[in-house]
Amino acid sequence: MPKATLGGIEIEIDEDGFIQEPEKWSKEVAEDLAKIEEAYPMGEDHWKVVNYLRDYYLKYEIAPPIRMLVKQTGMDLKKIYQLFPSGPAKGACKVAGLPKPTGCV
Amino acid sequence: MKKAEEILNDVDLQSPKKEEQLFRKGTYCYSAPLKHQNYLGLPNPREWNPADLDWKLPKNWKEIILEGMAKLLKRHRSFRLFLDICVRCGACGDKCHFFLGTGDPNNMPVLRAELIRSVYKRYFTVSGRLFGELVGARELTEDVIKEWFYYFFQCTECRRCSVYCPYGIDTCEITMMVRELLNLVGCNIQWVVEPASNCFRTGNHLGVPPHAMKETFDFALDEIKDLTGLSVEAPINRKGAEILFVAPSADYFANPHWYTFLGYLMLFHEIGLDYTWSTYASEGGNFGLFHSSELMKRLNAKIYAEAKRLGVKWILGGECGHMWRVIHQYMDTMNGPADFLEVPVSPITGTRFEQAKSTKMVHISEFTADLIYNNKLRLDKTRNDRWVVTFHDSCNTARSMGLLEEPRYIIKKVCNNFYEMPENTIREKTFCCGSGAGLGADENLEMRLKGGFPRANAVKYVKEKHGVNMVACMCAIDKASLPQLLDYWVSGVEVCGVHELVGNALLMKGEKVREKNLRGEPLTD
Repeated sequence: MPKATLGGIEIEIDEDGFIQEPEKWSKEVAEDLAKIEEAYPMGEDHWKVVNYLRDYYLKYEIAPPIRMLVKQTGMDLKKIYQLFPSGPAKGACKVAGLPKPTGCV
Repeated sequence: MKKAEEILNDVDLQSPKKEEQLFRKGTYCYSAPLKHQNYLGLPNPREWNPADLDWKLPKNWKEIILEGMAKLLKRHRSFRLFLDICVRCGACGDKCHFFLGTGDPNNMPVLRAELIRSVYKRYFTVSGRLFGELVGARELTEDVIKEWFYYFFQCTECRRCSVYCPYGIDTCEITMMVRELLNLVGCNIQWVVEPASNCFRTGNHLGVPPHAMKETFDFALDEIKDLTGLSVEAPINRKGAEILFVAPSADYFANPHWYTFLGYLMLFHEIGLDYTWSTYASEGGNFGLFHSSELMKRLNAKIYAEAKRLGVKWILGGECGHMWRVIHQYMDTMNGPADFLEVPVSPITGTRFEQAKSTKMVHISEFTADLIYNNKLRLDKTRNDRWVVTFHDSCNTARSMGLLEEPRYIIKKVCNNFYEMPENTIREKTFCCGSGAGLGADENLEMRLKGGFPRANAVKYVKEKHGVNMVACMCAIDKASLPQLLDYWVSGVEVCGVHELVGNALLMKGEKVREKNLRGEPLTD
């Protein structure tokens, strides 16, 4: 498993740069990931999405359905793509330190 | 990502690829993560990378493959038959979407099969042993394994080629055999193994744990309340329900699957169905099918086990594609007979579903078509008037179970505008989305766009001719892959499930005046 230095610490990542050690996530890690995802500098709206995803993940061990993300942050998909050019799953979830979803998605 | 013209110019009809050129990013899937290989107890688990020269195969890999092949030849008479009887007539050649999209000769089903037929000849036939290359036999080397991995994870097991084969050779089954062999030496892809592992851990491919599933359902019920003013229930793990409902987990997670999920919930509420969802059997799909018969069987067993535990009479299944191949073709002999269940009878119409008397599982389009046929639903077609709809037959529901009329019957009853794609691209001749059989991974996107090109081309045709702006389908992989595919090749065409259209048109008792469709958009432009 490759490693990357993010937020000043070494973290295991997968081939697409998703962190594999969610417990090492921090604001600084998020900001470094946001640089890779062209979502830097992170403004209030970035953090709103990332914090929502992070809280949901800690509670439910998975990302929320996209529909839920959109409704509960009050931002439509277009807005989320503006904030995170790779989109909610590959962009926003990556910055929030969530794993990449697999299956029929 | 490459531009469309570049992908088209990539088509090279001249020379088969050399092994060292094969593993270019965008054209293959990542290997399975070690933790998921271990979770499933797969043979020869390890970390490895298809792009590396050294695949870290077990020392006795050759012996393992040949022994595995001998076993498969013995167990599956069809395997030996298919390898023996092909006369290379080439009828299948231009029927494969991956061949049409890549121009790579090894993607002609006949030549893809030749990649293993040549090895079969060398080790399992007299002529091959004696005359070797002269009769098309070849040695089994590590490069052969790499070639197998590349090309048999470039077949979506869609079975279009088999429709055209005069001998009825099912190249999908050959792909299944080779994937079994690759599994023996630990060569698997993440997109297959991780969902299968999740399915045992949390109940479904996506890894949604029970408490997240409940939270998600509550959210969906709130959405329905906003839309219709009605309080709808979605029972989970309810013992003694008449029917167990099993759908692909993406339906209650991803977009645009989500709106089909809302459609199911609204329909079941409206007809007062006595049913339940399950957290244990919270997945209709079965990525074991894309891996090995053992894993398929283990995953599939959960559905009957849960039906038994909950004490239901029969099982209703949602809009999933490959799930129905497993159910229709294997479930009864693999995990049946389910003699603790009853032959499904619709509690609303009294129709006895004779076709499901062995598996005790009915497809939701059969169920809904029967409701409409018996005038049990009040429908307002105009609520789907913003859409000009075409129907994409999912490979597995079309070719594996012949579900051709039911979805069309439903769509025509809930929509005013419906147009078919060209005859040679629908029904049993349908073109695959390019992402089935576990190939839907992001890292494989270029290959998926190539494989999906023939389907996209047919959509483009009806868009230009009839103004089609919506492709309806009945498979979660389609719903995941078609939006990206159509954005790339066509643009301006959306994707929905059949039961999303049903949910829109459904007149519900006591509902408020609906101003929006299930997507929250105005009913007409």
